[in-house]
Amino acid sequence: MNFIESIVSIIQKHGTAFLEATTITISITAVSLVIATVIGLVFAFFKVSNIWILVKLADLYIFIVRGLPLIVLIMFLYYGISSVIVLSDFIAGAVALGIHSGAYLAEIFRGAIQSVDRGQNEAARSLGMTAPLTMSTIILPQAFKRAIPALGNQFIIGLKDSSLVAYIAVTELFSHALTASAENYMPFETYLVVGFYYLALVLIFTLLLNYVENRLDTGGVAKNLKSKL
Amino acid sequence: MIKVSNLKKSFGDLEVLKDINVVINQKEVVVVIGPSGSGKSTFLRCLNKLEETTSGTILLDNINLTDKKININKVRQDIGMIFQQFNLFPHKTVLENIIIAPMKIRKKSRQEAERMAYNLLEKLGLVEKAETYPDSLSGGQKQRIAIARALAMEPKVMLFDEPTSALDPEMVGEVLNVMKELAKEGMTMVVVTHEMGFAREVGDRVIFMDEGYIIEEASPTQLFSKPQHERTKAFLSKIL
Repeated sequence: MNFIESIVSIIQKHGTAFLEATTITISITAVSLVIATVIGLVFAFFKVSNIWILVKLADLYIFIVRGLPLIVLIMFLYYGISSVIVLSDFIAGAVALGIHSGAYLAEIFRGAIQSVDRGQNEAARSLGMTAPLTMSTIILPQAFKRAIPALGNQFIIGLKDSSLVAYIAVTELFSHALTASAENYMPFETYLVVGFYYLALVLIFTLLLNYVENRLDTGGVAKNLKSKL
Repeated sequence: MIKVSNLKKSFGDLEVLKDINVVINQKEVVVVIGPSGSGKSTFLRCLNKLEETTSGTILLDNINLTDKKININKVRQDIGMIFQQFNLFPHKTVLENIIIAPMKIRKKSRQEAERMAYNLLEKLGLVEKAETYPDSLSGGQKQRIAIARALAMEPKVMLFDEPTSALDPEMVGEVLNVMKELAKEGMTMVVVTHEMGFAREVGDRVIFMDEGYIIEEASPTQLFSKPQHERTKAFLSKIL
């Protein structure tokens, strides 16, 4: 069997299973990123709150999560926590991934919130807006827009990191690759095919991200002229 | 309408306002002038509590702004503030900039808020800009929109913090004209500015500040032609 034939046979044999596993990869990534976004926002608010205890709490969280290898976090949650409460593989994996990405997102959100000009806050407050209303309608929308490139980056990292939950028996894409290569003794070709699945996922995601970024762009005279023509 | 007594403000060890006492009457246009670092912007920003005061009292229609228990958000709804850097919301269109506060705070319907916004834009000659984003506006247009945004809250008093200082010279006039109109309509205004022409023409009273004190206050004619204090004279001789 030559190289091309091996690839074709892998796709024939595992293509559908890989595709199904891809949906699990997508869903565990999506769930973990929702968790990460919530965690990230909360800790970003802590960091910009100027309340000593909250700032320190956020620092501690970020220190621990950034300091631990993700696989350690996943194993800890899976074996550690599930001895107390029963977590499904999927939930344990999603939570671990979410906690991990959340620390990075917290720093991204904090930076983006602080990068919004102080005058925006002053203008909103001087109109009589409360601090929460100012944050939600004036500061966060601008911060989000600025955070998009960094968020996209972190989301892509999150997508790829989701492969690590294969080690707690979540049957996502990488775990299928492990099984398939053990069956067919063609690890090189198998991982090559799986690699392309990941690349395709990242490509689709990148295009989506560019679209969102363009949609949110209100900038510049040129853009405003274009919209009028 | 506004009564400021013994107002002091420090940033750390630096005392910026040392002892400010002033009364601003309804429908009065008070222009604050002085060298940079004299505390005039800080004074203005204390009037709507953008700066926390160190001591002293500020009464606005008998509400004590320095009282920690008052709802400052409620008070600010009645005080319009115009900034040197405009501070329009860049992610919102001109129309949205104007209607957001009336809708979210005054709880007006979108229809009502928009009708009011269009009336303001009409007066300013900027109706065709309603759907554009601030990035596409000139500095003068931005500042006029900022004034419309503040007016949409129907404030009792308007504070202007060097409203024309960031503008190209050819755009200063259009903003000052709007402010003159506003003064004519009887708006109570406190204006920090370097535009002496405006102070002379529109101001009912001019306050000269230096090093955290009000050195002199008088009618524009009085202050510009017969300044009483040496420091006022020195300042005016440099700029006139």
